[in-house]
Amino acid sequence: MRVSFTVNGRPQEADDVWEGESLLYVLRERMGLPGSKNACEQGECGSCTVRLDNVPVCSCLVAAGQVEGRDVVTVEGLADFAKQREQHGGCASEASGASAGPGACGTPLDAAKRWEARPSDSQTGEGAELAPIQQAFIDAGAVQCGFCTPGLLVAADEMLERNPTPTDADIREALSGNLCRCTGYEKIMDAVRLAAARQGEAV
Amino acid sequence: MATDTTADGARATAPVGTPTKVTQGSRTKGGIGESTLRPDGTLKVTGEFAYSSDMWHEDMLWGQILRSTVAHAEIVSLDTGEALATPGVYAVLTYDDLPTAVKNYGLEIQDTPVLAHGRVRHHGEPVAIVAADHPETARRAAAKIKVEYRELPVVTDEASATAPDAPLIHEGRDDHHIGHVAHPNIVHRQPIVRGDVEAARDRADFVVEGEYTFGMQDQAFLGPESGLAVPAEDGGVDLYVATQWLHSDLRQIAPVLGLPEDKVRMTLSGVGGAFGGREDLSMQIHACLLALRTGKPVKIVYNRFESFFGHVHRHPAKLHYEHGATKDGKLTHMKCRIVLDGGAYASASPAVVGNAASLAVGPYVLEDVDIEAIALYSNNPPCGAMRGFGAVQACFAYEAQMDKLADAVGMDRVEFRQLNAMSQGTLMPTGQPVDSPAPVAELLRRVKAMPMPPEQQWLAAGEAADVRQLPGGLSNTTHGEGVVRGVGYAVGIKNVGFSEGFDDYSTAKVRMEVVGGEPVATVHTAMAEVGQGGVTVHAQIARTELGVAQVTIQPADTQVGSAGSTSASRQTYVTGGAVKNACELVREKVLEIGRRKLGTYHPAWASAELLLEGGKVVTDGGEVLADLVDVLEDEAVEVEEEWRHRPTEAFDLRTGQGNGHVQYSFAAHRAVVEVDTELGLVKVIELACAQDVGKALNPLSVIGQIQGGTTQGLGIAVMEEIIVDPVTAKVRNPSFTDYLIPTILDTPTIPVDVLELADDHAPYGLRGIGEAPTLSSTPAVLAAIRNATGLDLNRTPVRPEHLTGMA
Repeated sequence: MRVSFTVNGRPQEADDVWEGESLLYVLRERMGLPGSKNACEQGECGSCTVRLDNVPVCSCLVAAGQVEGRDVVTVEGLADFAKQREQHGGCASEASGASAGPGACGTPLDAAKRWEARPSDSQTGEGAELAPIQQAFIDAGAVQCGFCTPGLLVAADEMLERNPTPTDADIREALSGNLCRCTGYEKIMDAVRLAAARQGEAV
Repeated sequence: MATDTTADGARATAPVGTPTKVTQGSRTKGGIGESTLRPDGTLKVTGEFAYSSDMWHEDMLWGQILRSTVAHAEIVSLDTGEALATPGVYAVLTYDDLPTAVKNYGLEIQDTPVLAHGRVRHHGEPVAIVAADHPETARRAAAKIKVEYRELPVVTDEASATAPDAPLIHEGRDDHHIGHVAHPNIVHRQPIVRGDVEAARDRADFVVEGEYTFGMQDQAFLGPESGLAVPAEDGGVDLYVATQWLHSDLRQIAPVLGLPEDKVRMTLSGVGGAFGGREDLSMQIHACLLALRTGKPVKIVYNRFESFFGHVHRHPAKLHYEHGATKDGKLTHMKCRIVLDGGAYASASPAVVGNAASLAVGPYVLEDVDIEAIALYSNNPPCGAMRGFGAVQACFAYEAQMDKLADAVGMDRVEFRQLNAMSQGTLMPTGQPVDSPAPVAELLRRVKAMPMPPEQQWLAAGEAADVRQLPGGLSNTTHGEGVVRGVGYAVGIKNVGFSEGFDDYSTAKVRMEVVGGEPVATVHTAMAEVGQGGVTVHAQIARTELGVAQVTIQPADTQVGSAGSTSASRQTYVTGGAVKNACELVREKVLEIGRRKLGTYHPAWASAELLLEGGKVVTDGGEVLADLVDVLEDEAVEVEEEWRHRPTEAFDLRTGQGNGHVQYSFAAHRAVVEVDTELGLVKVIELACAQDVGKALNPLSVIGQIQGGTTQGLGIAVMEEIIVDPVTAKVRNPSFTDYLIPTILDTPTIPVDVLELADDHAPYGLRGIGEAPTLSSTPAVLAAIRNATGLDLNRTPVRPEHLTGMA
């Protein structure tokens, strides 16, 4: 079958898609977008997380045919997506609104800055335009093997869109569907706190 | 004119294993000791980093492996006709299609069939391979292969393995261990006997015995086994794959394909974690066979289910320990027997036995010991390398013993450990002196001194309690009723590098030249970057040693000499040492060029100690003699050189004596847990770690390693276990639905205290760090749960039924 949908703002089309193919397979193997990862292909690890009409989903559990005519954002489009959100007053999508939720109180910027490893030279990140959450993952040392990173970035970015001042418990709850085997999650916590604090500073 | 200078003649300038004085780099930014950021960070956060499962090639086929559905059976018949006739299928290969007389592979013992030959020895053993134009076509075709099995009795434990009528897992063994084992179903046995245990026992006021069980852990790296084999016009093959050691793979792959090693060109693809699980081959040979047969590129990617069958696991173990102590708290003796289940094939079992035996005492002074460690052949899944191997299982048991002994003596558990802690100069049970700092007591002091997490007043909070912080979490199973807190401590010792006389070398090629008006260093090694950050550290070393800002790290491949394995906490030590050494040789050559060209302009060229810093040649007094750009002009200096740490010896097969290890690594943990005693649910509140790292070349990466290793130790304490059916030897939980690894909700804060006591034998004084935090994490959590519940808990992982009396 033929499947047409929007990926990272661009209309895409895939032909000869077998009915059993997942969105993940079509993205990776038919559209040249292997950034979404295939760690478990059973919806447990979150490494394939993308936004489908703004909702974070495991793309391994979405049949490609279900995506017909819909809108997908992958890690490859995250920087553009974040930039558009910034330009449109904090929301890339009209659907999402920032709500801190009851009892939320985020990490103050000064506290978060201790997680910022300042490179002494520009060995990393030079030239590439990154979403704030992507830069924070690099700066905080949240990337080791990096296989969980794309899914975590999409999930964390979506959480910060909903909840710009998350508590630690909020962050853990929002990222509980994303497995990481390398970091022990501490640097990932640092990265999300850092991104939240920088976001707060920018406003 | 570019002049490539080779390393010939320079060998004598860097004697093997000699420590070099650190004189370089204090003024060059981005050098060692700084938390520089990963060179692959941007690619990894944008999704552009090419992992082995991301490879794609025009006209590419997909490979699929058919695996055995039973653990132990004769293959009565095998019919591939229907599979081969499936539209879209290009090849179906079985044992009979293997092209040469070499049909097995293995790290040390070549006992693992590439494809099963008339018999399968474990659940999930490869039987046939298929190549097709779509992965689903390949999967369906594989399912059409008809295999008739005649099941054989299964060997699942020591009793069934060593019974007089036990079926032999490998008949006609001729490996070098068969001569010293009591039964052919024992892979290797290592005793260590020192002092007089019987006499020492008489001095003991307290004797404590324990029987411990350690479950089978999976590495659960997130990037599945995968790669792409591309047939080449010269009859060879180009293989892009995720592995821990390219040259070890190559040595095993080439003979099976019947190709010389230079026709199997391997390039490291992006590696999605490893933790020991990529030391053995997985899909490498299968992809090459299919590519060479079909003449088309072949990609193989395991899914998670297959991954659980596609790599070795951590050895499950039974450990029996006896310790004695005097009433004033001094250890008198230790006697132990460690039985590791290696499963159907040897993999790294011999080395795991060596580690378990030689580190069975832990980081303690004990002069009278009687140790025996063995690994079995069985029909259980093959086990081999996983982070901390051998030492992890032993640490779980000896640390439980330490708590029991301290309680028997009536001493504080930490003080008891400190009283018996080893230090520099202590003799290991192998007779080897510990000749670098061993701050065991200090690490315990530090981890104990870290602030405790606040007590949580759940019941007082009532409905306002945040259930996310409680055992059971959002399942909302308690608001604090039945929840008790416990604290536990543990400390461990791990060897660094390959031991027991192994020639554990690494190779580095370093080039220096002017590019775009700037001096640039290029580092080329075959080191497998698996996430640990070796590429970051190599660039830091080059900046420190060569005083340049720009460093290019070449992709790892087999066009340069072996870098050894990314395992045993060895890569920063050994390949880092090789990069340092090659940089030093390049530096000498650059200075020679400078003396030749510019020596007459300043007397310091001849008389002073010269350094390369900030892109310049400077004297040790800081006077600038020349820009590197002017020294090099259009010359390039290149050195490729092997580097070795000091040699080790084999352990004596009867007494276990010998200088078998290179270096040790120490970490201590304090765990704070809360247990819902009614439901048996555990919430680890905090897992603090203190570790000696010798020298933190990149502090950010060091802490990342410690936190990651700690979390894997937490996993085996309360969650992770591959369940193997004791009757059928089949794996019951090969999925992330049923094999649970810690999520961000299961993982606590992990405060880390890093101690840096230099090991003068090692480059920059560094200590291998990757594994030590995985050792003591598990027993610390277990101790905390025992402390909370008062239960004995002699197995890991602990499950709810063990805490509620239902087991």
